[in-house]
Amino acid sequence: MIAPARTRYTELSARERAAALLDPGTFRELIGPFERLESPHLQPQGIVPACDDGVVVARGDLDGERAVVLAVEGLFQGGGIGEVSGAKIAGALELALRAGERGHSVRPVLLLETGGIRLQEANLGLLAIAEIHAAIVALRSHVPVVGVIAGMVGCFGGMAITAGLCSHIVMTREGRLGLNGPQVIEQEAGVAELDSEDRRLVWETIGGEQRVATGMADALVEDDVAAIARAVRDAFEAGVPAEHRSAQVGRYEARLASIDASELLDGPALRALWSDDGRGP
Amino acid sequence: MSRGRTWFEALVGAISGGEPASVLCADESVGGERARFLAVVPDPEAKFPRARGGELGLEEGWTLARRVREAVAEDGNGDRRTLVAIVDVPGQPYGYCEELLGLHLALAAAIDAYTTARLAGHPVVALVVGQAISGAFLAHGLQANRIIALEDPGVAVQVMSKRSTARVTRRSVEELDEIAEEVLATAYDVASFARLGALHRLIQGVDAAEPTEEDVERVRGALAEAIASASHDGSTDLSGRLGSPEARQHRGASLRVRERLAEEWSG
Repeated sequence: MIAPARTRYTELSARERAAALLDPGTFRELIGPFERLESPHLQPQGIVPACDDGVVVARGDLDGERAVVLAVEGLFQGGGIGEVSGAKIAGALELALRAGERGHSVRPVLLLETGGIRLQEANLGLLAIAEIHAAIVALRSHVPVVGVIAGMVGCFGGMAITAGLCSHIVMTREGRLGLNGPQVIEQEAGVAELDSEDRRLVWETIGGEQRVATGMADALVEDDVAAIARAVRDAFEAGVPAEHRSAQVGRYEARLASIDASELLDGPALRALWSDDGRGP
Repeated sequence: MSRGRTWFEALVGAISGGEPASVLCADESVGGERARFLAVVPDPEAKFPRARGGELGLEEGWTLARRVREAVAEDGNGDRRTLVAIVDVPGQPYGYCEELLGLHLALAAAIDAYTTARLAGHPVVALVVGQAISGAFLAHGLQANRIIALEDPGVAVQVMSKRSTARVTRRSVEELDEIAEEVLATAYDVASFARLGALHRLIQGVDAAEPTEEDVERVRGALAEAIASASHDGSTDLSGRLGSPEARQHRGASLRVRERLAEEWSG
């Protein structure tokens, strides 16, 4: 038997990922690369800017419904969020919110391959990410906000918080979701705290399978265009959650209370604890 | 004593018995209006060792979320009290346990709660008295519709400590200082941050570490003014930041991107 052809999602560029997700023939990019709206802050620091600043804003349809896809290019500056790339995401979400307030829902999808704030733009990235957070919390009462973390960069820093605010998170096994990246933890707290070279340990802690098993992400899919496209559509079909994960205060306070911080805990042990706390993962 | 505790006690009085002890929370009136004050402070006994120095960790994020949501639920559609975030946060803890247990989600929970309160019509005011670093500032301060800061050498707004930034970007601290001369957003001092337009007010001449009674009265007055200003304009979003004269000068690209998106949105 011949296995069906599959297209690895992680081999695509941000622009290709956005196009592959939308209904065929509906992709339309906003502020495309030919407008050359680049970061004004990189050249003075000796860094060559990108003509899209590493974020693609695409309108189009998902299952015939209007959508906007915000795709971060992990290959440019590690997907770091600067003034322009951050404003593209925040500004598009704000427009989706205006549409939602008028009763015209636009389905927002974030493709998160990002190390978080771009250090070279520092506080401008910080302000942009606060505006992204503000827009998501306002928008998700109208329409689910769906995040995809496919790999290979993962999703960290202020943008991991962005993922935490999303209505649904789709991940692959390769994807990672965490506030501080493994290398930053090793640098700041020492190799005894976390050996960032230990791939098994890293993925057992913040990888897609672990996050889905402990309820911190919703769907685990193969690194495959069709599978991811289906999972995103399913997330919109499921609708706005009754209570968003980041609003489940009682549940997570109880989860934390069940942890004995003096005992060594690891990924498999946490799965045993948290996949059986009454509401399932 | 941490600056967060100093200012909390100066504005509200000393409290005991908070659970966890790293999050101070009490209601007090300011300018005749009800307000809930919140501060994150060091707790040498904290359950998670890496969050004992005033960092905003797992317990702090979820506790802030609970305290803010309590106020929203209690006030309902009645008189909505103000939420005052006293900001003195050195950052988030760097730890294995923190990541495993979902630190990103704990910070998201605090952001969700503050934003939900603001959208419901609660004035949210941040008072920056010390460090305001990175994820901790995102979770406790940056969703306020009014941010007040004290101009003081110990007040810093940044995304990472200078030492860590130097290591990650492979630059020396001296090089970073040179870059900050040219790229405003990379500076650490609060006066530079103020030029990005996100502050409602920068207060000069107050001793942020050891305030006098007069200093405290001035800050109380500034809080009352900020609350009145937030209530008066009725806006529940963050658009005031980009509408400021400073933003027009120093966040031009943020404005230009939004203009273009609006033009191209409907195709």
